[in-house]
Amino acid sequence: MNRNRALTPIYLLTGLAAILVALPFFVGNYALSVATLILYFAYTGQAWNVMMGFAGQLSLGHALYVGVGAYAAGALFFYYGIGPWAGLWLAIALCVALGLVIGFLAFRFGISGVYFALLTIAFAEFTRIGFDHFGWTGGPGGMFLRVAQRDTWDLANFRGPPLMYYYAMLFLTAGAFALCAWLLRSRAGYYWQAIREDEEAARALGINAFRWKLLAVAISAAMTAVAGVFFAFYYNNLFPEQIFHISRSIEIILGPVIGGVGTLFGPLLGAAVLTLLSDGISDALNALGLDIPGVKQVFYGLVLLCVVMFLPHGIWPPIARRLRL
Amino acid sequence: MSLLEVRSVSKHFRGLRAVHDASLDVPHGEIYGLIGPNGAGKTTTFNMIAGVYAPDSGEILFGSAPIHGLRADQVCAAGIGRTFQIVKPFAGLSVLDNVMVGAFLRERQARAARELSVRILERLGLGAKRELPASSLTLPDRKRLEVARALATRPKLLLLDEVMAGLRPTECDQMIAVFRELNRADGTTILLIEHVMRAVMALARHICVLHHGEVIARGTPEQVVRNPAVLECYLGEETEV
Repeated sequence: MNRNRALTPIYLLTGLAAILVALPFFVGNYALSVATLILYFAYTGQAWNVMMGFAGQLSLGHALYVGVGAYAAGALFFYYGIGPWAGLWLAIALCVALGLVIGFLAFRFGISGVYFALLTIAFAEFTRIGFDHFGWTGGPGGMFLRVAQRDTWDLANFRGPPLMYYYAMLFLTAGAFALCAWLLRSRAGYYWQAIREDEEAARALGINAFRWKLLAVAISAAMTAVAGVFFAFYYNNLFPEQIFHISRSIEIILGPVIGGVGTLFGPLLGAAVLTLLSDGISDALNALGLDIPGVKQVFYGLVLLCVVMFLPHGIWPPIARRLRL
Repeated sequence: MSLLEVRSVSKHFRGLRAVHDASLDVPHGEIYGLIGPNGAGKTTTFNMIAGVYAPDSGEILFGSAPIHGLRADQVCAAGIGRTFQIVKPFAGLSVLDNVMVGAFLRERQARAARELSVRILERLGLGAKRELPASSLTLPDRKRLEVARALATRPKLLLLDEVMAGLRPTECDQMIAVFRELNRADGTTILLIEHVMRAVMALARHICVLHHGEVIARGTPEQVVRNPAVLECYLGEETEV
């Protein structure tokens, strides 16, 4: 009984991985781009979840790390022809440094809860405004990376067909899942959850809450920076108005919130449900001939409302109970 | 030799004089009681020892090293485990995971932390409930969980803040047995704040009485209950001895 229970997630993951690896052989480019998008949100959601879901620190400004990561690697490539494998490290270093600055300010001076969330928004917003006035990266006009031919795999410069981006994102998502699963079972995971549940009690058990919260921010920022690098080389154009916008930050957190904050499967499930739903509503509305602007958003909002009302802990926890995980 | 020495500490909150010039000595291997009526400054004294806040004046020595002004986590790492008067379980975690958080202080590997935690839970009679979420426990079990979590940090000194409050007499006796056993078998020194006189009388070898933030009496339980000042301020009002 106990043995079976421990193995269920492994079966589930193996099955899921097999389907995702085989997926490109059965679907076309459009479906592949949707799948890539789902994985992108699953990955960024997982990264955000380290901070909020594990350590209880609400960030509403994760677009900051996507944007800084994207611009860092993008600019290196654009100006010096340095590929993303080197740019990745600059992106990670910058984002970790930024995260530590925000974390230091907040945790050192006791800014927590909604005020911490506001601080993360503020940083993302003034970085957006800063980039708008920063000519070197193109300002509001944006930065455009050279688009190479799309049929050969150029891994060194991360240029290639959609299939390459799909597998790259799949690899990242699987890696993030494994990392989070390991973190959650290690001392760090236990300490983060203790801080999330009751910081005073956590301190009384010898936990240096300041240090462990900073670690959560650093890991989350580093993971999100990698998503930013992917974003730059996948979309090839970067605009401050788009990449740093608060709606991008909200997009990142919707997946884990709908799927289940603090769970490992929540970000994956939430990203899949939301992306498919968004597409499904468009298709359904088109089929019905309801081409009124804004109708899609209304339906999308209604579905979110229902999930939040009826499944306040997300979609995953009741499924986990049903599967006896 | 003293394990914990509190030397004339004072703490004021704005105009309120919570603790004034209080001193106490807790010898190695002892069970020491800190009593006093409501608002006497017991929990404030406790919080100063545990590093929740620093005393305004005076010093606190643990194993002859000063600990006043250290943060709560540093005090815990130095070897002082505490419980909270108002229990603070990590409600979203299982009973076992709650205790493992404490165990990770001395055991870096999850497996070792789990083994230590299971042993402690068995000892406190929570072994069968270890997979339950902490939020589902009854009050007596939550109090036991507080103790288990503090013990998992392997303290030299255990600070117990009213762990008997709200327990039925039989549950209280079980807890008393657990603390006696801990003190005898592991040599854990215990400092307990307690309202339940039954527990203090049964456990403590020495008692210190606080009233209006000042120490008004010290001695063995027998001496303290016969002290006129104590009878007047405290036992005179409550006759549940």
